[in-house]
Amino acid sequence: MTGILGRKLGMSQIFSEDGRLIPVTVVEAAPGVVIEVKTLEKHGYEAIKVGFFEERKPRRVNKPEKGVFEKAGIKALYRKMKEYPMSGLQVGETVTVEKFAKGDKVSVSGTSKGKGFQGVMKRHNYAGGPSGHGSMFNRAPGSIGASSFPSRVWKGKTLPGHMGSERVTTRNVEIAGVKAEQNLILLRGSVPGATGSIVEIRKVD
Amino acid sequence: MDMIKTVEEGFRREVPAFNIGDTVRVFMKVIEGDKERIQPFEGLVIARKNGGIRETVTVRKISFGVGVEKIFPLHSPFVESIKVIRQGRVRQAKLYYIRDKKGKEAKIKEKQFAKR
Repeated sequence: MTGILGRKLGMSQIFSEDGRLIPVTVVEAAPGVVIEVKTLEKHGYEAIKVGFFEERKPRRVNKPEKGVFEKAGIKALYRKMKEYPMSGLQVGETVTVEKFAKGDKVSVSGTSKGKGFQGVMKRHNYAGGPSGHGSMFNRAPGSIGASSFPSRVWKGKTLPGHMGSERVTTRNVEIAGVKAEQNLILLRGSVPGATGSIVEIRKVD
Repeated sequence: MDMIKTVEEGFRREVPAFNIGDTVRVFMKVIEGDKERIQPFEGLVIARKNGGIRETVTVRKISFGVGVEKIFPLHSPFVESIKVIRQGRVRQAKLYYIRDKKGKEAKIKEKQFAKR
């Protein structure tokens, strides 16, 4: 599996070779640097640890984390670190958008936009009641269970509450284009998260 | 935003200058089976929307007594070319009111240029 973190820049559109309009989400993914290589002998599994977003102030990094970078001999302090089961890369090498190609199917994860405290109609697709004709049952959840048995509300009952701001993955997203010189990936259609938020793009090799 | 513009610029195409109220003829590529031909659509420009590569133009004409409107993405490769037939003098940026007008009321006056 190949993975990269990027920042969602927003949406636009491009035209394909046969002239069709393709809606795209533009993601800027600066190269990630390999910080550690995990091996079967030492760690029990094979993976590489990659650092992304080189933008932290030294005083914001705690000592254990600093040690990780020092051990790898890397000057930059990365904001995010991720492990991917890849092999064939050495410490200090980079993971760039060139690992992805046009036409690839990828999974894209991001933190969805926060919706705040929402009722059951928006949060769980309840139908609600009629809005007119004197109806006073408009957006309420209705009955939430039976009576003497079980004398309690079942676990997992869907009720109003906080919605959004959670990790959401969209699968089978097609890569509409890669601009290596600008570190841009164009993803067909929309992806989870607000503009400016961090998204993770993963591909099964 | 600037990064997005660099993505869009690669798809930009030459578009002649025209305004709302102008009458234009849009030559549209039509693919029928494996044959390709050019289909013209002539009418009044009643709206231009969005910016950059996402810009679209709404063209309205009366075809056999029925009002027909087509929205063309200006930078689409399917739009072969656009020819300005007549320049109109209008005060609004969107001419949606023309949909409710008939006959003489639906007419747009031609732009008059000062003689030198």
